[in-house]
Amino acid sequence: MSNDPDLLYSDVEEELRASVRSLLADRCGWDRVLARVESDEVTDLALWRSLADLGVAGLAIPEEAGGAGATLRESAVVAEELGRAVAPLPFLGSAVLATGTLLALDGRADSPLGEALASLASGERTATLLIPLATAPDAGFPEGVRVEEGRLSGRVGGVVDASTADLLVVPAAGSEGPALYLVEAGEATVTTVVSLDLTRPLADVELAGASGRLLATGEQAESAVRRGLVTGAALLAAEQLGCAEWALSTTVEYLKTRHQFGRPLGSFQALKHRLADLWVSISQARAVVRNAASAVASDDPEAPLAAALAQAFVSGVAVTAAEEAVQLHGGIGFTWEHPAHLYLKRAKSCSIALGTADRHRLTIARLVDLPAAR
Amino acid sequence: MTTAPTGGVPDAAALRARVADFVAAHDPATTDPIEFLAARFDAGLAWVHFPEGLGGLGAPRALQAVVDEEFARLGAAPSGREALVIGLGMAAPTILAFGTPEQQERFLKPLYTGEEIWCQLFSEPGAGSDLAALGTRAVRDGDTWVVNGQKVWTSLAHRARWAILVTRTDPDVPKHRGMTYFVCDMTAPGVEVRPLRQITGEAEFNEVYLTDVRIPDSHRLGEVGDGWRVAQTTLMNERVSIGGGAEPREGGLIGLVAGIWRDRPELRTPGLHDALLRLWVEAEAARLTKERLRQQLAVGQPGPEGSAAKLSFARLNQEISGLELELLGGEGLTYDDWTFRRPDGVDLAKRVPGFHYLRSKGNSIEGGTSEILRNIIAERVLGLPGEIRVDKDVAWKDLPK
Repeated sequence: MSNDPDLLYSDVEEELRASVRSLLADRCGWDRVLARVESDEVTDLALWRSLADLGVAGLAIPEEAGGAGATLRESAVVAEELGRAVAPLPFLGSAVLATGTLLALDGRADSPLGEALASLASGERTATLLIPLATAPDAGFPEGVRVEEGRLSGRVGGVVDASTADLLVVPAAGSEGPALYLVEAGEATVTTVVSLDLTRPLADVELAGASGRLLATGEQAESAVRRGLVTGAALLAAEQLGCAEWALSTTVEYLKTRHQFGRPLGSFQALKHRLADLWVSISQARAVVRNAASAVASDDPEAPLAAALAQAFVSGVAVTAAEEAVQLHGGIGFTWEHPAHLYLKRAKSCSIALGTADRHRLTIARLVDLPAAR
Repeated sequence: MTTAPTGGVPDAAALRARVADFVAAHDPATTDPIEFLAARFDAGLAWVHFPEGLGGLGAPRALQAVVDEEFARLGAAPSGREALVIGLGMAAPTILAFGTPEQQERFLKPLYTGEEIWCQLFSEPGAGSDLAALGTRAVRDGDTWVVNGQKVWTSLAHRARWAILVTRTDPDVPKHRGMTYFVCDMTAPGVEVRPLRQITGEAEFNEVYLTDVRIPDSHRLGEVGDGWRVAQTTLMNERVSIGGGAEPREGGLIGLVAGIWRDRPELRTPGLHDALLRLWVEAEAARLTKERLRQQLAVGQPGPEGSAAKLSFARLNQEISGLELELLGGEGLTYDDWTFRRPDGVDLAKRVPGFHYLRSKGNSIEGGTSEILRNIIAERVLGLPGEIRVDKDVAWKDLPK
């Protein structure tokens, strides 16, 4: 934000968008998503590996570490497309939260950290950050897992993408202070819960004296987790933007064709004005999301503010868009067979994930010196 | 001027060089401001997208920002041009698009230099959002037209030398087809300007009464009966005025309110804190949206977001100024001055919070109401079907009024 961020999409980013969108159109239509959410395998790992072949899993990972050597700006474009498709993929847990945390650490290619990043970038393995998904970036270091004599114990509820993760990036508190561990998922008991967002599995994860590899301690561990969460907040907003864009364009198309009272519904001013307002909000969301993606991509000191702004603004836009899609589709929008509910559930869950808009407004209040009443 | 137009269209670097050469040859510190602007017009650096000889170079419109930035960087940006907003923003592009060579020659240069101020005679008491319903009559009498009617919401009419004027010339055809567009001499007999007092107590605008005003046919812009199309050109230019540099965070009214919040802890309550943070977020989103639009224009990809910018600006100003009054409590019960007078301009920062609140009520009405803007977005951007029209095929004279 401080030095006029580029708020546009580059040609390269548009090409990436086109190839991701084309693959998703082919393999991830909403009818297939709907069929999947009631199966035993909600997360489409085969599709994830195909996306990884396009470089999507490791966009922000440097080339020497096995990644695509792009930036989080490109990741944000992918997030928009995944949101637009409500794709059941481990992007948020693995490519954003876990990867974002790991990238904040220094490590050699032949270290456990380097090996983990390379396997995530190739799509061979997936990971997640072991925190409740509702954790806000400035919530403080997670206390859910304790470390004693090198063994990790504790229970963390509502962890995103844990059901399919091979690796857990585990913030752990101990007598020595904060620490960050890498744990094989086989060391943990992972219990999938029924999630409000059908397309995004959550799980409760229990560690009982698990062993792991120590990645960082102290301030380094704390700042890595914080950076992972700030990155998550910024990229989640991009996903919310994609969700909102789907809701608006689908509703606009429906209102052009659906006739009642002898005229297209879209000719009624009461409905047109609602969609116009939504379009205005989404235009603004796009600027806010690009700003946040640029800030986290360049590790701008104002990235926490840009990410908080993105969450505070875009959460409401995406929820409103999905709610309007349900309402303006009328009866059909309330049925299981229409995709609107998938987006409603995704949008509402996203508005809670990584902190509600209200929490992010309080973060903004702290960062721009607008203190609360006493 | 040291760099003569060569016939080729200059790029950004060539334009910067031209501006530098021009400023070197015309020291802004010692040149009379009007002479400076006249020379800038002659050099084609007034509005580079206009043709050569009419103040431009036939360059892409986006490059005007480069020229303006370069003049500003060299300390040679023109100042005090608030009164030229109608002339520069609306009359000039319309004269360029529809004027005869004689009209272009006569009007554009003094319009640009600021020697002649322009106003806009469009809205009428009976034709607001539905501008095409206007009833000011122009009747042909040989080589002149005789005009009778009343116009309203005319800023600058009391200072203007010229006006752009839309009239009804054929009441027997449907409303969009019977209009004709003129340039009106504001000093002509029969033009009467009366201040229009507004809810702030003062008069930024005027009513203009036209009684047997004679306009020569040579001051007609466009064909007889084609006035609506000419007016569309004018109105399309009304909302295309985003330029200049990036706006700073907390640059608008939100900055004033945030400042009060920081300086006056005793005023803070939890509900107002929440309201302030919500508006801060929205103001920052609007600022970034404007910045994104600016970046799009700079690379020659203007988006439709311009019509959205005014819509959100209007709502935000109204909500922020309402919050400002509540935050100030007892002080919000006072006002500075209800005296009926003509203000020099609208500088919100210099006025009291009560004025912010009242003046911003105009933001969602002037230059297209928020309701009309929503229609425009819904129909032109989203492609939703138009309103069911009951007035399309009815002669203007038969419309209910």
